[in-house]
Amino acid sequence: MSEPLLRVENLRTWFGSDAGPIRAVDGVDFELREGRTLGVVGESGSGKSVTALSVMGLIERPGEIREGSRILFEDRDLVRLEEREMERIRGNEISMIFQEPMSSLNPVYAVGEQIAEAVRTHRDVSRREAAERAVEMLELVGISEPRRRSGDYPHQLSGGMRQRVMIAMALSCDPKLIIADEPTTALDVTIQAQILDLLIGLRERLGMSILLITHDLGVVAEMCDEVVVMYAGRVVERGGVREVFASPQHPYTEALLQSIPVLGMTQSAPLRVIRGTVPSPLDWPEGCRFAPRCDYAFERCSEQPPLFASGGGEAACWLCESGRRTLAGSTAAGV
Amino acid sequence: MLALRERSAHAGRIDGGRRMTSAAGLAPPEAAGRPPHDILLEARGIRTYFPVREGLLRRTVGHVQAVDGVDLRIGRGETLGLVGESGCGKSTLGRTLIRLIEPTEGEIEFDGTDLMALSRRRLKATRREMQIIFQDSVGSLDPRMRVKDIVGEGLAVHGTPRRERAERVAAVLDQVGLGAETLRRFPHQFSGGQRQRIGIARALVLQPKLIVADEPVSALDVSIQSQVLNLLVELKRAFGLTYLFVAHDLAVVGYIADRVAVMYLGKIVELASSSDLFARPLHPYTMALLSAIPTPDPTRVRSRITLRGDVPSPVDPPSGCRFRTRCPIAAAICSELEPPLQSHGGSHVAACHFAGTPIASGAESRAGS
Repeated sequence: MSEPLLRVENLRTWFGSDAGPIRAVDGVDFELREGRTLGVVGESGSGKSVTALSVMGLIERPGEIREGSRILFEDRDLVRLEEREMERIRGNEISMIFQEPMSSLNPVYAVGEQIAEAVRTHRDVSRREAAERAVEMLELVGISEPRRRSGDYPHQLSGGMRQRVMIAMALSCDPKLIIADEPTTALDVTIQAQILDLLIGLRERLGMSILLITHDLGVVAEMCDEVVVMYAGRVVERGGVREVFASPQHPYTEALLQSIPVLGMTQSAPLRVIRGTVPSPLDWPEGCRFAPRCDYAFERCSEQPPLFASGGGEAACWLCESGRRTLAGSTAAGV
Repeated sequence: MLALRERSAHAGRIDGGRRMTSAAGLAPPEAAGRPPHDILLEARGIRTYFPVREGLLRRTVGHVQAVDGVDLRIGRGETLGLVGESGCGKSTLGRTLIRLIEPTEGEIEFDGTDLMALSRRRLKATRREMQIIFQDSVGSLDPRMRVKDIVGEGLAVHGTPRRERAERVAAVLDQVGLGAETLRRFPHQFSGGQRQRIGIARALVLQPKLIVADEPVSALDVSIQSQVLNLLVELKRAFGLTYLFVAHDLAVVGYIADRVAVMYLGKIVELASSSDLFARPLHPYTMALLSAIPTPDPTRVRSRITLRGDVPSPVDPPSGCRFRTRCPIAAAICSELEPPLQSHGGSHVAACHFAGTPIASGAESRAGS
């Protein structure tokens, strides 16, 4: 088994506010091995994006990565690096693809120039070489007539094309790790399919590792080897994608999978509902944070469960204490 | 039929996920997929164009052909789904059908009334029977108004006395699963899912016959989405509502709709019962759309039809079939002759010269003769 390329340990990223600390990420552990794709999935407010920004070293005041958090990339702890050292890693060894390429691309520079600049930031190459590299990268991400297109400005490109440019820029320095934060969420479904195919193809060719942040369980199923399910700033379940989807161990994962309509479903079966709403990060519930919305909650849930090995993966639920998901302790208001 | 149906009288509190018990006896839903015989809304030859203006004099240099020749019938008690990607004209069509947007051309008949012939004043009176729920629950609720005023505004406009208004607002909030304590609150004090419930209550309070739901769940988190979908299903059963459900998510539309119309560049390219459409898509665009949806099943072998390129501009759509520039099976005839919507067995219609031709996954090459 290959060494982890990235290991996140007890990551806590909090934001100061007048109302008290916002504990957006509050004790997250996972690892990503080389050449693998790990999906971090969760709803809004789960802390998935803040986790990604923490790995990129992009947390700014009033945000703060708390004492005791570790982000090990190869053998360096990114949390302890000086900003100058982090700059050398960012965009070079680790790069990021954002959801909205329009806001991440500079509107006043041609896209080729922007890719070339990214290359020149990290590589000692001439302007001409960097420009060549930009054209090469545009071709790699499937943009036709890359030489002509490199002179286009972001507003001249469609949403799908802009996302391709973002990917070209992210790949321009041969990063070991790509962090993709909702890379296809803003795109239409046929364009999303193009971009997912592109990412899958590039991963096969270039062998990079991908940390994919998404709310879409379908995208996780298609793209990822492993998955981390986040809820309220914590990991509730992690494991191989096949195992987790076939037999979710945590009640939250289970409910989430049953609450999405899939093609061919009819109203003869009402969709599973997760009652209530996501709690506020200012005021997480005590103990298991999902307990107030959980159909299986019982007394034990007033205490925070650790991640138990269960069903081939791990789940933070007292029902998994025995190593296998049980229904014991259930106070479920069954159907 | 009685002008005012007995509705709110014995309707219990409805909460997503809980079953309604008092739904029986009210307008049974259409047999799924059958072409409707009791028609609530019929539109013919709808075109909605927007001028494109340029230059100092704002001269019109062209038209966005957002909706370009649509015929559509919505049966009483049915849910008609309208799907397509951004820019296909589905939202414009939804709004045009209730005259929130004026069509450039076409006829609309709503419950026996010629909508296009109505004066502004008469249209306003008719509009209480046609309501809309928006995607953006933040942008569509006035932040300075309290929930009771937001929900009661429509009643006030239509001259309902204050006393009765308060009662009906409280009743309808209860029906969408919001308690009386929410009456005096402002929109920002609610979560996204709750705000969508307020939007639904606002539409429902006028006891409409038709509700246009424009992407009502796309802004919501997965766990909240199913609450709102179940609520919409239950309200429909309880009140015999008719929905035009506009969305980009085919799985959601397939779940909620009896029939589904697929739009591409201002036109309907395929229309069938949900089950037929998913089991036997006939138009290459529908096939591609269905195959593009990521499914939460990692064991599924992907066989995706990847479309090349982007949707062309609706200002200058391709000649003949509008889909031909991205179609994996386009042939010479497709650029010359626009395929009409034709029946391919029962109520299943598609607009394609080669409807039903299987497409190999990953196919991007040209085929056909």
